[in-house]
Amino acid sequence: MATQINNKALHTYLLRLADSSLTMGQRLAEWCGHGPYLEEDVALTNVSLDLIGHAQIFYQLAVALSDDSQTADDLAFLRDSHEYRNPIITELPKGDFAYTTLKQYFIDVFSVQLYQALSKSSYEPLSLAAQKALMEVKYHLKRSEAWVERLSLSTDEAKVRMQKALNDLWFYTPELFETDAALNELIEQGVIADLLALKTKWNEQVKTLLQRCQLEIPESGWVATGGLAGEHSEHLGYMLAEMQFLQRAYPGCEW
Amino acid sequence: MTFNAKSMTENQVLTADAIYQLLAEVKDPEIPVISIQDLGVLQQVKIHENSVHVGIIPTYSGCPAMHAIKTDIKAALLAHADYYGIDRVVVELLDKPVWTTDMITDKGKAAMLAYGIAPPLNAGEQSINCPQCGSDNTQCISEFGSTACKALYRCNRCLEPFDYFKCHA
Ligand SMILES: [Zn+2]
Repeated sequence: MATQINNKALHTYLLRLADSSLTMGQRLAEWCGHGPYLEEDVALTNVSLDLIGHAQIFYQLAVALSDDSQTADDLAFLRDSHEYRNPIITELPKGDFAYTTLKQYFIDVFSVQLYQALSKSSYEPLSLAAQKALMEVKYHLKRSEAWVERLSLSTDEAKVRMQKALNDLWFYTPELFETDAALNELIEQGVIADLLALKTKWNEQVKTLLQRCQLEIPESGWVATGGLAGEHSEHLGYMLAEMQFLQRAYPGCEW
Repeated sequence: MTFNAKSMTENQVLTADAIYQLLAEVKDPEIPVISIQDLGVLQQVKIHENSVHVGIIPTYSGCPAMHAIKTDIKAALLAHADYYGIDRVVVELLDKPVWTTDMITDKGKAAMLAYGIAPPLNAGEQSINCPQCGSDNTQCISEFGSTACKALYRCNRCLEPFDYFKCHA
């Protein structure tokens, strides 16, 4: 390899991947027992389990890069919200089924394209992890895409809810592709995916489906940003309070 | 009864082959008819003096069965610790190769089918057949089943529901 990888930047990026998967997984787990019917309840929690598995893999890669003695569990359960690096969209509340479905679809398209690109990472551990996660997110996408279409083209109420979900979520999506100087360096080195190229690809794929679903993209709104720098919405704090309670109250507890 | 001194000494030598034989008894906790070897999870056995290193790969990223498999491997080998003089068993989760359903052996697929789970399709195969009556007239009920690796199907001929082990490649 010609240039030295910036370990600190890569560590931060691995946390971004892990934190995104963990917060999505946690939100989907909230559907357990609340799915619209049994099979869908099982599907939502299956996807959740896969995503928490991805988080575990990415946290382990981060641990391997770091000099301190933090474990994967420490990273998940003992960091505060300002240390989380996920984009804000992954921490948004679960909302109704339309909202969860559309949010999941946006992330699934992103994850498939991202892991396809990361499979070619020059950093082998990341490439292997992406290859593994890719097989699973492809399967998730099949489901969420089918649901977006099914809901959007069905009853009036479903259409209204899907359009509302789109209005609420659309301007959270650009943050998925956000970079900073450190990430741009990793992109140039071929360590991580070219997020700008992914943005074009993602927009093409998503807009094609939204058009087919007769949903209208809102023209303007507040564009979310901040996750990469540890600036989050209020929702993440509540989520972490619940998720981390046990480890905070009983440090080192295992079962 | 004859006493075979030769095979007796051979058995006691700690070899990778002997370990593979012991590990043939370790099954997938969720599909207890298929061994971890036939599932493609068991990838590596290394012996350093009296310690045994076993390398396994995970199936699904979040699969909770991996913990049980680790425990079962240790238990299976330590049960024969005295006989083979095993001091230590280390089970390591390898990051490669990346597991796919292509790693499931034909023997494993046959065991799955006999157990009532339709095995993952081979390349080129089209229809998912009912494990009960063999009919190809089947229908997907849910892409997600009782565990991460399975989808739920129903046979339109005998009307039995069944699990399909998803293709993962
Ligand atoms: Zn049948």
